Amino acid sequence: MNKAVRESAPASNLRDFYRHFDATALREALRRMYLIRRFEEGAEDAYTRGLIHGTMHLSIGQEASAVGACMDLRKSDYITSTHRGHGHCIAKGADPKLMFAEFFGKEEGYCRGRGGSMHIADVASGNLGANGIVGGGLPIAVGAALAIRKQKRDDVALCFFGDGASNEGAFHEALNMAAIWKLPVLFICENNKYGMSVSTERSMAVEHVADRASAYKMPGEIVDGNRIEDVSEAVMRATARARAGEGPSLIETKTYRIRGHSKSDRNRYRTKEEIEEWMARDPIGHFETNLEAFGILSQDEVTAIRLSAEAEIAAAIEFAKGGTDPSPSELTRDVYTAGG
Amino acid sequence: MALRELSYAEAVREALAQAMEADERVFLMGEDIGVYGGAFQVTGDLVHRFGEDRVMDTPIAELGAAGVAVGAALAGCRPVFEFQFSDFATLAMEQIVNQAAKIRFMLGGKVSVPLVMRFPAGSGTGAAAQHSQSLDAWFAHVPGLKVVQPSTPHDAKGLLLSAIDDPDPVMVFEHKLLYKMKGDVPEDAYRVPIGKAAVRREGRHVTLVATAIMVHRALEAAEALAQEGIEAEVIDLRTLRPLDTQTIIDSVKKTSRLACVYEGVKTLGIGAEISAMIAESEAFDYLDAPILRLGGAEAPIPYNPVLEKAAVPQTDGIVSAVRNLVTGRV
Repeated sequence: MNKAVRESAPASNLRDFYRHFDATALREALRRMYLIRRFEEGAEDAYTRGLIHGTMHLSIGQEASAVGACMDLRKSDYITSTHRGHGHCIAKGADPKLMFAEFFGKEEGYCRGRGGSMHIADVASGNLGANGIVGGGLPIAVGAALAIRKQKRDDVALCFFGDGASNEGAFHEALNMAAIWKLPVLFICENNKYGMSVSTERSMAVEHVADRASAYKMPGEIVDGNRIEDVSEAVMRATARARAGEGPSLIETKTYRIRGHSKSDRNRYRTKEEIEEWMARDPIGHFETNLEAFGILSQDEVTAIRLSAEAEIAAAIEFAKGGTDPSPSELTRDVYTAGG
Repeated sequence: MALRELSYAEAVREALAQAMEADERVFLMGEDIGVYGGAFQVTGDLVHRFGEDRVMDTPIAELGAAGVAVGAALAGCRPVFEFQFSDFATLAMEQIVNQAAKIRFMLGGKVSVPLVMRFPAGSGTGAAAQHSQSLDAWFAHVPGLKVVQPSTPHDAKGLLLSAIDDPDPVMVFEHKLLYKMKGDVPEDAYRVPIGKAAVRREGRHVTLVATAIMVHRALEAAEALAQEGIEAEVIDLRTLRPLDTQTIIDSVKKTSRLACVYEGVKTLGIGAEISAMIAESEAFDYLDAPILRLGGAEAPIPYNPVLEKAAVPQTDGIVSAVRNLVTGRV
């Protein structure tokens, strides 16, 4: 997205976020948040109708964290993602058409129907992939950052993970190596309060995941994960550090998943009141209010963006429905590289 | 091409050096592979020749470091990762099995993971149960990985260079007792193909399919058996996945008897796979005797040297078991 300073911004009282991004970039950010929301709702609906099988992990409520983190990234920057990764893919610029085709298990999908919801990736656009293993992407992001260093690029690797992953050994090993080698990695912990059903209070000795950064001598910052401005500004600071060769950062975005962990979740571990409290802090509503209040977008423009996102997702689902099922005769294709 | 005598460890080192000279994407990662030279002195002086950026000491963090290698491979590097002992790979199974082996497939074939991992393996050094295992068959059970097990200095160099060329993850198992073994090694950067077994000795009475150090014990056994008029054919498997089934089938059709000799635990090991493969093949009708498996004992590797030897096949045991097989006493 463009970095140009908005010429029309009422200078003094606007925070950095609204001065750093121009209206086109802000509009695109809102559009991507809507795309994520509608993608998740469409996925849920398709599952309920029996159009897709397996399970899914929806990120409704976490859109600001995904889009805010990716807004200022370049195509050549990498991300690694998680089992709750649809939002990260869209935030990094993935095409919902190809994502839905993957979700429907079709040849037209990002992974030709072999990966499904938990393994959507688009290496060509810097998305090294979602991951079905909690913490699996953390060392991989550090390795991608090592490659960036070796190739003398000034790109970064941005690693999404959850509060649950921060209890895995892989988290600690990855942060330590990124720190000792001063690699350009951004560790973005989306703390949505629960690792499946177990709360952070019950699974962590420290209050915040960001508290763990000090053990690896890197900045650990806590932001409101439902406010895109907070997420984006923190990520821009960390990106600048990383691109300048000053090493990794840990950012904890405090957020909440409105839906359950997966389709098996009966919400026995949290209250209706808690869910409603977080629904009232909707990241999309917050961003819309600000965009309108600051005169960046009119209500009509917001509506138009929402409708266009809805139309794009509806078309993506239709595209996926018309996709081709892979042939069983090609079952073992791509286990190895051709000729391997 | 010029031939010299090199040790197995020197042959591995030469392959690493030639690969790094030829391709700047190649680099080494592992525990104490820098100034220490590696626990078995395989990397030796390479850090002085190539610098710390290309011969990287890692913290003692097998899971994380293996994942760093996976990520670097995905992003365009060619990492060669050394486990200090193959046993320590158990700490890194997540990254090897869930990530490295599956990423290409899960992503619909749109990427490759050109990663090499080296595993010093096997018993005979008095290092007891957690530093002596032969876990090669574990890895050979995973589609997406390739597994090689060179038994000579020549193959140690040639297979490693093939592994580094390969676009997919290749696991290289090196038996620790072989590191000091000397053999002829050409100077140039030759390749030994992955997936091709080698017939080390021809014979007509029985086929011995062996891996790693068991190739040498099988050859010693074949020599002893030849004094008794039993001519054993010895196949060095060299690659566990993909398995060179044709070489084994052709040999069994000729000899009509099969014995598998390997150091990993006998049950569900590579010998089980070879036996089943032959039982399913056209060679089955040629068999004149039951198939014999000589593998590791159903026990961890013990410390006591007498017990340690008893835990894996030794030459005398191979001789008597194969003699019984050929003379119909099994």
